[in-house]
Amino acid sequence: MRRIYLDNNATTPVLPEVLEAMRPYFGEHFGNASSIHHHGQETRAAVEQARDSVASLLGCRSTEVVFTSGGTESDNLAIAGLVSAGDHIITSSIEHHAVLHACKHAEEMGCEVTCVPVDGRSLVSPDDVRRALRPNTKLISIMMANNETGVLQPVEEIGRIAEEAHIFFHVDAVQAAAKVPIDVNRVACDAMSISGHKMHAPQGVGALYVRKGTHLQPLFYGGRHERSRRAGTENVPGIVALGKAAELAMQSFERGDDKKMSALRDRLQQGILAQAEEAGVNGGATPRVPNTANIYFDHIEGEAMVISLDLKGLAVSTGAACSSGAIEPSHVLMAMGLTANRARSSIRFSLGKQNTPEDIDFALALVPEVVARLRELSPRYTKQAVIS
Amino acid sequence: MSGGVDSSTVAAMVRADGHSVIGLTMQLWNQRRLAGHEGMPEQVTGRCCSLDDVYDARRVAEHIGIPYYVVNHEERFEHDVVRPFVAEYLSGRTPIPCSLCNNHLKFDQLHVVARQIGADCVATGHYAKVEYDDSRGRWLLKRPTDRSKDQTYFLFGLTQEQLSRTLFPLGGMTKPEVRELARKHGLALAEKPDSQEICFVPGGDYKRFIDAYLAERGEILPDTAGELVTASGEVIGEHGGIHNFTVGQRKGLGVATGSPLYVIQINGAEKQVVVGGDEHLYSRTLCGRRVNLISVEDLSEPMRVSVKIRHRHEAAPALLEKIAADEILVTFDQPQRAITPGQAAVFYDDDIVVGGAWIA
Repeated sequence: MRRIYLDNNATTPVLPEVLEAMRPYFGEHFGNASSIHHHGQETRAAVEQARDSVASLLGCRSTEVVFTSGGTESDNLAIAGLVSAGDHIITSSIEHHAVLHACKHAEEMGCEVTCVPVDGRSLVSPDDVRRALRPNTKLISIMMANNETGVLQPVEEIGRIAEEAHIFFHVDAVQAAAKVPIDVNRVACDAMSISGHKMHAPQGVGALYVRKGTHLQPLFYGGRHERSRRAGTENVPGIVALGKAAELAMQSFERGDDKKMSALRDRLQQGILAQAEEAGVNGGATPRVPNTANIYFDHIEGEAMVISLDLKGLAVSTGAACSSGAIEPSHVLMAMGLTANRARSSIRFSLGKQNTPEDIDFALALVPEVVARLRELSPRYTKQAVIS
Repeated sequence: MSGGVDSSTVAAMVRADGHSVIGLTMQLWNQRRLAGHEGMPEQVTGRCCSLDDVYDARRVAEHIGIPYYVVNHEERFEHDVVRPFVAEYLSGRTPIPCSLCNNHLKFDQLHVVARQIGADCVATGHYAKVEYDDSRGRWLLKRPTDRSKDQTYFLFGLTQEQLSRTLFPLGGMTKPEVRELARKHGLALAEKPDSQEICFVPGGDYKRFIDAYLAERGEILPDTAGELVTASGEVIGEHGGIHNFTVGQRKGLGVATGSPLYVIQINGAEKQVVVGGDEHLYSRTLCGRRVNLISVEDLSEPMRVSVKIRHRHEAAPALLEKIAADEILVTFDQPQRAITPGQAAVFYDDDIVVGGAWIA
């Protein structure tokens, strides 16, 4: 069966160039990057070259990049590493669970947490953030792009608020990195999380930017790896892959690939809306990353839609899946003020660099047909029809 | 697919028959939800909808090579099964959540999902048989070969439409045969023990469940305390709440008398629990409402049947009559012990399920 993957906000395939770059570090170049001999020197050089690439992607110094196991670890390291009991944290209701649950844990450990809401466009208001400031506020943690809607948050304005208040600002940029150009100095943040597998590097590697001079309490104790900020022997193949993916991302910005992707995304979105009634884009009126379209189809069960599409070869998602794999209404869409029914009827389409115009044609041929069939069989749709 | 032996074996069987098969698990209740409330255990495992069971079901689907999905129906389950379960106990009745779940979830919502994703039939691991009878022009529900596993009592609510889209591949097999077949298919869970209790009530302690559920909902347990009276109306004591009692119960009455006393009736409106000797527990008639008929379209004439009044009850010969639009009267040949409001009366003609009704 032909299978088309439009769930790149969940994870992305490793690009062939990335796989090629990392391959030697599984065999030929196997040294421990901390070793003093030739083998160690080889891998140390590779790790530092990757660090340079990631630093270029984020617009920071190489020494400000800490490699981690992924976005979740980066978020946890930033939050747990920057606050202590008695401190106040400001975050938002649409953050990823890696941030929300890390804040919840900090709360259990004696911190105070304020979760600012979002408006119907899924935007955090900088004024809300400013109003939430307290004398003991130590950290603001706001994401750059939302994983479900792709909506870009006003992080530069929030960065200025943090700067004026002399407090830390952490940005979860997992869904923004390699999709939009990033400059940590423009954002004026002290920490920024990225994840390899959301940008065509493999799962199990990520990075945290930590501004020079920022004291960070580590999560792990052990050797003095990563300048004592993250103990543990480096995941060299993963780090090399992340470096390569960062290089490729910068090249693709130069080529204007992001604009091509947003054109593809817009064609998908408009094509679907032209063929399906009672549908719309969640967060569609706001600047978004170029790859994401979150579309609601009223009177449809999102989970039946995802299953039906998967059985016909199209992989999309309804939003964050819980640990058992069951589908619950997305906290992001609920925070935007959608009804539970509309949140459940929403589908996330997210493109990756591997997607072609033919993939979009495939989706456009399939989605309206499945929507029509599901509505025919939907108890909710029938009920509505009877009422009207 | 619950992650148990029966539904796993069914998946392997229909797959081996060459059908195009999709595995589905219904996520119905978050087992962690009430953890820590009102003396509920912190950790609950090995029960339907636990992560372990979803894990097991997923492994089976991988093993036999079928696509597999978890569908979330927690909201419907709470609305159609859990809340009625609590409400029934609080009004002095003894509910059967498994029948409600079959009627509202497994053979309703799950069938909707099945049709939406393009499936023609739903196969489950219930021990029962379903077949089409040409002479009657009706789908029949019949008792399975393994009488000790018979689940037809919980399936009396199935409609003709539901039966026409249902497969019960285990109907002709015994449990040991099912385990043997599971082993042959290489299913790692062939030796997994059977589940017995109500899936969402840990340890079977429904009183504790009701307390914890209401506490979690922020609702106050209604005061259903009242008098303990004899059949002749004499007040002999007090009780802490009618939901603590079920007809036929002997323990926990809190009164000491010479001869054993049993709950013979619960009068919800008066919050009275009526007690009496064993002889008061027997009755020859019952009235049933919300009738579902399977093997016959209507009850125009009184009919000789056998009637089960609880899951573990030997079906007893009786006369079945329709007395109103959605109401039947069952008159047993011999008085039956502890006919309990809230339970179902299921009518059998030998192996065939004629239908059933809820005991009023």
